[in-house]
Amino acid sequence: MEFVENVLGRLIPVEIEGRKLRPFQGAFADDGGGRKRVTPPIPVSKPGQDKLCSLREAIEKSGLKDGMTISFHHHLRDGDYVVNMVVDEISRIGIKDITLAPSALFPCHKPLIEHIKNGVITKIEGSMNGPVGEHVSYGGLPKVAVLRTHGGRARAIEDGDLHIDVAFLAASSADDYGNANGVDGASAFGPMAYGYADAMFADSVVIITDNLVPYPCAPYSIPATHVDYVVVVDRIGDPERIVSGTTRITRSPTRLLIAKYAAQFIKESGYMKEGFSFQTGAGGISLAVTKMLGEIMEEEGIRASFINGGLSTFAVNLFKKGLVAALYDGQVFDRGVIESFRNDIKHVETPMTMYANYHSKGCLVNRLDVGFLGATEVDVDFNVNCNTHSDGLLLHGIGGHTDVAAGCGLTLVTIPSYRKRIPVVRERVTTVTTPGETIDAIVTERGIAINPQRKDLIERMKDSNLPIVTIKELKEKVEKITGKPEQPRLKDRIIALIEYRDGTIIDVVKEVEK
Amino acid sequence: MMKITKKVLVGRRNKADIEISLNPLKKEGIELHLESSVERLFGSHIRNYIKEYLSGLGITFCRVKAVDDGALDFVIKSRIESALYKSNSALLEKFSFGKKEKRERTVDFRRTRLYLPGNNPYLMEGGGLFGADVIILDLEDAVSQNEKVDARFLVRNALSNLDLGDSEVIVRINPFSNGGEDDVKTVLPGLPDAIMLPKTNSAEDVLRLDRLLEETENENNITIGATKLFPLIESAEGVVNANEIAKASKRNVMLTFGAEDFTADIGVRKSKEGKELFFAKAQIVLAAKAAEIQASDTVYSDFEDVEGLIKDTEVSKSIGFDGRGVIHPLQIEHIHNVYRPTKEEIEYAEKVVSALEEAEKRGSGVASLGRKMIDAPVAKRARKILNLVHQYGSK
Repeated sequence: MEFVENVLGRLIPVEIEGRKLRPFQGAFADDGGGRKRVTPPIPVSKPGQDKLCSLREAIEKSGLKDGMTISFHHHLRDGDYVVNMVVDEISRIGIKDITLAPSALFPCHKPLIEHIKNGVITKIEGSMNGPVGEHVSYGGLPKVAVLRTHGGRARAIEDGDLHIDVAFLAASSADDYGNANGVDGASAFGPMAYGYADAMFADSVVIITDNLVPYPCAPYSIPATHVDYVVVVDRIGDPERIVSGTTRITRSPTRLLIAKYAAQFIKESGYMKEGFSFQTGAGGISLAVTKMLGEIMEEEGIRASFINGGLSTFAVNLFKKGLVAALYDGQVFDRGVIESFRNDIKHVETPMTMYANYHSKGCLVNRLDVGFLGATEVDVDFNVNCNTHSDGLLLHGIGGHTDVAAGCGLTLVTIPSYRKRIPVVRERVTTVTTPGETIDAIVTERGIAINPQRKDLIERMKDSNLPIVTIKELKEKVEKITGKPEQPRLKDRIIALIEYRDGTIIDVVKEVEK
Repeated sequence: MMKITKKVLVGRRNKADIEISLNPLKKEGIELHLESSVERLFGSHIRNYIKEYLSGLGITFCRVKAVDDGALDFVIKSRIESALYKSNSALLEKFSFGKKEKRERTVDFRRTRLYLPGNNPYLMEGGGLFGADVIILDLEDAVSQNEKVDARFLVRNALSNLDLGDSEVIVRINPFSNGGEDDVKTVLPGLPDAIMLPKTNSAEDVLRLDRLLEETENENNITIGATKLFPLIESAEGVVNANEIAKASKRNVMLTFGAEDFTADIGVRKSKEGKELFFAKAQIVLAAKAAEIQASDTVYSDFEDVEGLIKDTEVSKSIGFDGRGVIHPLQIEHIHNVYRPTKEEIEYAEKVVSALEEAEKRGSGVASLGRKMIDAPVAKRARKILNLVHQYGSK
């Protein structure tokens, strides 16, 4: 195999499975290449269409065959029944060699491992988490997986790099013509933002719902104009695990301390001013930062223009108090958010293209002032790994990490300095997900390291009482506690590509020895 | 050479901990079976560490089973030592001890004393991050009876291996009736800044610990008197005897109050307003001040009630306490805020001190501010406030 070094010094194959790879050249080096988008075939709409059918009929009518690609959104999170249900049915029909293109997978998708073993699924494009990721890490998937960011997935679909033959989109409410939403019904989950590009660009679109309502289903997130079939099933998911009843803030003193440092850093950085905007997520630290930022905003009388998320009740509370003018919503984490999304016109859905597609005419991450993100590892060049653990196992998807980092004015990575004696700051991350040039500071309980490229920020924070250190000092401090870990034993075989949001390859993931 | 003759089990299957069992082995040598959640990154290091430590002590005929979840080396060492001690307590003096430099430190302020459970490595590792003035590694109430030995060795090694920041680090031992003497003998080589004596009822209790400390300091080449003492008063008898307790030893630096045991002892329920504690608190403050040492109030148990904590601490400060106990690290900031001098207090203190300095320059023994003479207590208080500002800045 022939390799070429990308701009971060990672070895990228020139070609893999017939796909010519473009090595990553920098966060904003890509100019689109003057290519044209690929569009789906022209449909027709005559009166009297009957879209209702069984799952099996929908699969058969869609023309799904061996070697094709199917896609799903992950709004049902760890409560999802739809992915397993559809793949089981495909397997029963006898279709094989399918590429699975979900926007994310969860532990509830463990049964897919059987379908990988029996040849129904041979490739995964999109995201991989938990048990399926572990199986793939040990070489369990025949073809090389492709991991993308949320924005990168939308880009790949719209550019035609990821052609979806059939999209199976869960809806908690839909009519027989295919208008669908996620806010009504027992399995309500919020917006359908992850499935929007799938609906717009897949050759065939199947809505799967457990709550068929009389036409018209209003409001709708996915319009009937893009739906071929509507399938009614008993349950699309387990409501208890789709969203939580309440979201509790972490009680870990260390995590709360990290959150406190991050909130204070944001306050002192100059980014927190009237009309600023920020990105929130589901992690314990992120929720705590959101709550603490809200407290500072209230104290100082500062209002934000919008929050984009991954939204929790903490974000909604700030909105209800009038501290935030609008909520941009990609997915919800608890029930209180669905209420707000359904009832408030200023709480709007953001399809992934609008959120983060680099090949668009303007995505909202570019208008974000502040983001606080997680990681499994960071390195002395501020590169961030969110995909693999230090032992090489591929256990997490990228989510919007890379997108937010690229767009945000101030991007913080908020992480404990070590987990179970495994230090988080490394000489070189096991896998690069997000390039260091887009990361401004690493915030840990044992020190905050500012990217030396951000001279302005270093200058601004020089009199701060916060524990500001260099990244090397932080690394040494932590290694003194934990000791230096051994290098993970990896095989030569590439099991996954980490695709940057512009379609170039930022890193590859190798198979892990058992 | 020492054979392992009976099975012992120590440690827990918890995050940052390691469970170790030593078992007799029919053949000579050490056989080790390790399961670790960090196997790929630290597996061979942990194996070498355990084997080298055991063979260094001449242990043989030993089968070791270890289940690790990210324990740091000092935790692994503590667990091995605890297991060996349970096999043969004479091994204690053979256990290696990392040389630690005694930190020379003058502690003026003890606004917060944070309790860390003595057998919980996970909570201990982060204990130094929150800026507590005093950290208490607790062998008493926070440790269940069957884990007392494990905790003792964990605390001993934590003292010399764990970075607990600038905090004064002290150990709360068990009462003498429950292993207190062994606690002192085991942990003192780790050079704790002080020992806290629970359930102090009389001057005799303090004197007994004082003698034990002197004896143990002597055995370990520690400067006699270097280890300070915090009597913890938590009974009716202790409150009645607070005067003699406070004056019983030169090692005493702070009289501390424990309300949970106290309310049980006098047969009342602990209330939110704490009226039932008022006499005891006043008595302890007076006894401490008469002996020219500090006084520390009990903990505020509802750690989610920040407003209540602040109000209660304001009362505590107003009646003369110098600080209080802390059960959750996030209480620390709020307590420090209460003890932070106000702008007016600082300005007044600055005036007082500059008047004193001027008087000194003039060679006059009497300083005054306006028409008011500055007496000794006012001068002392002003210096204390400026010290606090100097030492902690705006924190």
